[in-house]
Amino acid sequence: MQYQVLKKSSFNDFIASLARIEKVVAPVARGYNTFSFQEVKDGQDVAVKYIPTILPPKKYFFPQREKLIEFNKSAGTLEALLEYEKMVIFGVHTCDLAGIQCLNMVFSDKPKDINYLVRKNKIIIIGLECNEYCDQYASCKVVDNHLPNGGYDLFFTELTDSFIVHVNTIYGDELIDKTRLFNPAEQIHLDQLEAVRQKKREIFKDEVKVNHNDLAKLFDKSFDSKVWDDLDARCIACGNCTNVCPSCYCFDMLDNLNLDLNTGDRTRMWDGCQNEPFAKVAGGENFRKTRGARQRHRYFRKFKYPVERYSRYFCTGCGRCTRTCMAKISLKETINALVDSKEEKK
Amino acid sequence: MKTAKLTDSEYLVKAGKIIRARQMTKIEKLFEISLPGGESLDHEPGQFVMVSIPGVGEAPLSISSSPTKRGSFEIVVRNVGKVTNALHKFDTGDTVGIRGPFGKGFPVQILEGNDLLFVAGGLGIVPLRSLINFVIDNRRDFGKVNILLGCKTPQDMLFGEEVDSWSKRLDVNFDITVDRCEDPDYNGNIGLITKLIPGVTLDPERTFAAVIGPPIMYKFVIIELLKKNIPERQILVSLERHMKCGIGKCGHCQIQNYYCCKDGPVFTYDQIKDKKEAL
Repeated sequence: MQYQVLKKSSFNDFIASLARIEKVVAPVARGYNTFSFQEVKDGQDVAVKYIPTILPPKKYFFPQREKLIEFNKSAGTLEALLEYEKMVIFGVHTCDLAGIQCLNMVFSDKPKDINYLVRKNKIIIIGLECNEYCDQYASCKVVDNHLPNGGYDLFFTELTDSFIVHVNTIYGDELIDKTRLFNPAEQIHLDQLEAVRQKKREIFKDEVKVNHNDLAKLFDKSFDSKVWDDLDARCIACGNCTNVCPSCYCFDMLDNLNLDLNTGDRTRMWDGCQNEPFAKVAGGENFRKTRGARQRHRYFRKFKYPVERYSRYFCTGCGRCTRTCMAKISLKETINALVDSKEEKK
Repeated sequence: MKTAKLTDSEYLVKAGKIIRARQMTKIEKLFEISLPGGESLDHEPGQFVMVSIPGVGEAPLSISSSPTKRGSFEIVVRNVGKVTNALHKFDTGDTVGIRGPFGKGFPVQILEGNDLLFVAGGLGIVPLRSLINFVIDNRRDFGKVNILLGCKTPQDMLFGEEVDSWSKRLDVNFDITVDRCEDPDYNGNIGLITKLIPGVTLDPERTFAAVIGPPIMYKFVIIELLKKNIPERQILVSLERHMKCGIGKCGHCQIQNYYCCKDGPVFTYDQIKDKKEAL
């Protein structure tokens, strides 16, 4: 649509006036090199320069616990419900925008998940560009998420003394109007934006020994790789990697009965394929018994199966799984090991 | 946090009324269920439903009755977990939640006109019965019908009377075997179900095999079927997984790129033969 400019000196006012319109959540510093999306009231609360938060903004779209059904046994009633909250998320990096796009695909795949689809449209997304790598764990270039690919209402890119803002939807445009702090971008701003992007094209290189298109082909031939045996020996099956992943959407269903033993709810909660009982069936058979098989499943759910079903990688390149792994299993190292082991076979 | 009522949630359940309950063995109980207003479940043989009890939970269960049986459907519940344990305490007149039917069942339109070989081991009879009875109720629409059953002991055979009636039909070839039997008067087959397959006379080109049993059974039965030259795409299996959602989201039933609840539970052997973790 158009570009607007917000002076850095007006940033605090922008967040404050946004917070008067709607609940605003944004990355907030939580100790050394640790950030999380939290409600903010003022721009000073916001960590504009941050590495991927502990949990991705997925938590607002697909909450860790979500009531789907409420029942009353004696009254014989059972109703489906939607829990939602209108909000503006400020500061979503391109990796996490990609994660939300992945979830959109999954939950709009038929049969549609109405809870997710209604809730997502109550949330306004303001993206924020990474002008350089956040840290050594990110691999956003190889999955093509280092540059914005849509999925936002507004998108902020930091320039010298201002932010240039891409207005992508009328909902974004409304916030520009209501906050009254923006000016239309001039050519000099557009030139600066182009310079940022140009520099990014130089800085961001494929982080692994395989390029974007060959990544899928690598996984076509990696199911029986010895690399999974190595992960089998190292993984401790804590499930951290799936918990922090912006595109993991596995869940479990749990019935809760209140203390009156009459009313209660059916709740879905995050689950992960790394947990031992995840693929177990009633007879005791476990179809992914080993940690290696479960790790392989996780990687294939990022680089192969979704490519076949949704024509895109479900790895967003955020690096969270590597950052959080207690056994120091690295996504980039795993991919490189797969490349190496494939070459050895030749 | 605001809440709103949803009328189009996939997680809404229908009130299923138990109109008949029968303890079949110590651990297996049959329930006949009808939906409100006599609504038809409208399932395909081989599909499953999510059965729930508020406050306890939901479990995926195979539909055991044929869609030709109208007005109600049947499930058989083996008492193995929290939900099934609670279900065993339910009786005629009680209500359970029903979602579904889910998944891809047996492709009955494709099976029509062809010869059929049914192979059911143990609890596999429960879902396969939906197809067997469908075929028997539409008997003239199918070619030769062979039914092979296997179970642990003669006492473990589910649907005894019905199985007996299949065995007596002139338009069905029937055989049954048990793993072991201590009754000295028993004069039937003893041994694995795989032993019954070589004895079946069939035209492999026009035979579809439908196989359901415990995971270990598939591997050996399929070897025997391939020896009979039945094409891989004409061998149908139904795979067991613990679905939590039934709609291809929760991930529990995933078999590589397939969601067992959406792309299955019925697969051709051709579809899954190269998929490790499938069988």
